[in-house]
Amino acid sequence: MRNLWRWLLAAIVLRKSKKTTVRREVELPASPRAETLTALLLFGAGLAGLAFVAIYAFDDANTQLLGASIAVALAFVAAALILAAAQVVPQETLEEPRPDFAGDVDGPKTGLSDGFSARQQRGVEEAALTLREGTDGVTRRRLLGAAGAAAGAGIGAAALAPLASLGPAVGDRLGASPWKAGVKLVEENGMPVKADDLAVGTFLTAFAQGADKEALATSLAVVRVRPEELELPADRADWAPEGILAFSKICTHAQCAISLFRYPLFQERSPGPALVCPCHYSTFNVLDGGKRIFGPAVRPLPQLPLRVEDGYLVAAGPLSGAVGASWGRVREED
Amino acid sequence: MPLTTRRVLRTVESRTGGASPLARALRYVFPDHWTFLFGEIAMYTFLILVATGTYLALFFEPSTAHVVYHGAYAPLRGTEMTKAYASAVNLSFEVQAGLLIRQVHHWAADVFLAAITVHLMRIFFTGAFRKPRDINYYVGLTMLVLAVIEGYVGYSLLDDLLSGMGLAIGNAVALSIPVVGGQLGTLLWGGRFPGAPDFFSRLFFVHVFVFPILIGTLMAVHLALIATPHHTQFRGRGRTERNVVGTPMWPAYALRSLGLFFATAAVLFALGGLVQINPIWQWGPYEPYLGTNGAQPDWHLGWLIGALRLMPHFDLVIGNYTLIPNPFWGGVLFPGAVFGFLYLWPTIERRWTGDRRAHNLLDRPRDNPTRTAIGAAVFTLVATVFFAGAADRAFVQFGVPYEAQLWGYRALTVLAPIVVFFVTRWACRRLRDGGGHPARDSGAALVERPRESSGAAREPTVPAAFQDPGRG
Repeated sequence: MRNLWRWLLAAIVLRKSKKTTVRREVELPASPRAETLTALLLFGAGLAGLAFVAIYAFDDANTQLLGASIAVALAFVAAALILAAAQVVPQETLEEPRPDFAGDVDGPKTGLSDGFSARQQRGVEEAALTLREGTDGVTRRRLLGAAGAAAGAGIGAAALAPLASLGPAVGDRLGASPWKAGVKLVEENGMPVKADDLAVGTFLTAFAQGADKEALATSLAVVRVRPEELELPADRADWAPEGILAFSKICTHAQCAISLFRYPLFQERSPGPALVCPCHYSTFNVLDGGKRIFGPAVRPLPQLPLRVEDGYLVAAGPLSGAVGASWGRVREED
Repeated sequence: MPLTTRRVLRTVESRTGGASPLARALRYVFPDHWTFLFGEIAMYTFLILVATGTYLALFFEPSTAHVVYHGAYAPLRGTEMTKAYASAVNLSFEVQAGLLIRQVHHWAADVFLAAITVHLMRIFFTGAFRKPRDINYYVGLTMLVLAVIEGYVGYSLLDDLLSGMGLAIGNAVALSIPVVGGQLGTLLWGGRFPGAPDFFSRLFFVHVFVFPILIGTLMAVHLALIATPHHTQFRGRGRTERNVVGTPMWPAYALRSLGLFFATAAVLFALGGLVQINPIWQWGPYEPYLGTNGAQPDWHLGWLIGALRLMPHFDLVIGNYTLIPNPFWGGVLFPGAVFGFLYLWPTIERRWTGDRRAHNLLDRPRDNPTRTAIGAAVFTLVATVFFAGAADRAFVQFGVPYEAQLWGYRALTVLAPIVVFFVTRWACRRLRDGGGHPARDSGAALVERPRESSGAAREPTVPAAFQDPGRG
């Protein structure tokens, strides 16, 4: 049976080789052992597949066992196929002529014109002629061409325009902020932040009362240092009552949440207290009002002026700068 | 059996005329070389991605509606989270084999990108991108670009802490594009980051439909454009520019290639079952005000986080207008330059060498020392930036100060490609002229060794019928 199949193939090869000689070398394998092993591997694969089904049938199936059983099944099939390819079926090396579209594989390196065969030349000419003939007798080709281009441009614009529905115009959306004088700071659970609850070295995430916690400008990093450490610029002298500072929690580089507060334990070795973004390690000095001291951020962290009312923290004004990543209309500060 | 085969073939032929194309396809010749397998691995991984992704899509719910978690994973109970994240956690813990399939999908994505990357290197260093395959090279590169974005969108979908941090950075990179960035970011996200509720369902549709269709279509074009001029082949006896010598599709190659498919699948399922990847329940849900240290993206985005971290802190500001914010350099310019180089290289090489002929025989890397050296230099640049992205982990593991590493990597991104360029060119020239291996053989042996001897020994055995008496 196998021979019959091969004769069929050989006949095709011979038929195809009328023009160019196709060389072919076949080595018939005869390895009953390889055939047996292939069969065993395939049976094994079937068993491993059934093992997967059995494991799956258990409540709360173990992921490792599921993965291992199906992997073993697949690996057995792989081994069987690779073994069969190498030792069960005829080993054949065939030479096939390659279509040479450009006709220049051996030509001069810089030949600009392709070395087409007569048949290819004819094909090109025929196609070109047919395309040209399609416009025979048309007198105002340029007008029609221009009109077609206009139609394309108009419909193209119409096709793209609805993409604008995806999002609103940028407007002042990227600058929106809930912070203004009098807005209370609240914790994640909505409770107002009490100034006395914050020990020196504390790092707390706070939000604008009543604002959407997920909005970019809502969240703050509130930290407390010793008041005598502060080096705030003169116009921010009263922004940090009792050494409590509040900054936007969103990094001005790439908008990750600033989730690390480095408060020095060993003054001699560590630089001053700083807020660090874990994405690209932009580091902001909290003592001087959020200036960048390390990392790729360019703008300082926006600071929120604070005051204490009845023991609770309240914003004394808006944030000192734009929240989030820079874009065209956000100006670089200092 | 042949009777049945014949009958089926006659049925097909009488309705489609497909028998002789089939006969031709069965005789299609694949030249044998192990480096040809990377592209096949990429293709097979894509099939596994489609299959596992289809399964996952049956359970995943791309919704930003908020729910309180009451599922099987105790530490998260009572946590408020989006339905997207909750359904991803549920499919990991409460769907039989769900975690297995999710992990296989994630591993397959990483292997897909790795296979494409190595395949691209094979194509580059052997000159397989030259005419008549230059068009196909662009098709392949485009698939790589799409695959990188598809991978990013995929892990952004789950709305766990890491995916949200990745999206925050992605939004900042979009905003950083000169002039149009602010509007583009607002448009894509449907508002300011973290975006409109629609954003996740759009992301989902892009991930499960738009990109897979694009990649699948390009893959079909890629295969058609491989088969039309047939595969390239390395030089060897009996192999010329005008023929192709190797194993025909049927039977051995088909079995071997199917074997490779099953082997790829076996490795991916073993990884998915036994090696944990992206345990989203440990990261917790994302909120814009949450972040975690030690966050790393999938490996194929490592070069971009590295570039963002390495870049010194400067914006391009004109008057009151920030023309180019910092994330642009690492997030747009750097990948743009690398892909720009790859897209332009066939043109550059053609103009520079003046070689406009078609090439069906592959170069060995040594045959074209300058191309190999330039490719190695660009690869070194990308690899250096990639490793710079892991500097924080090196700090945690080995205690090397982060700042010192950063300056070291900045120096390396300039110096290493230059050094690699000259060393590679030197090594290739010696190999080409001597035929030996500079690390294995002494210089004397290099000079004495005749050019053909060592090369011929490594070539695949070609049957005696093919031996060209004129050579060797």
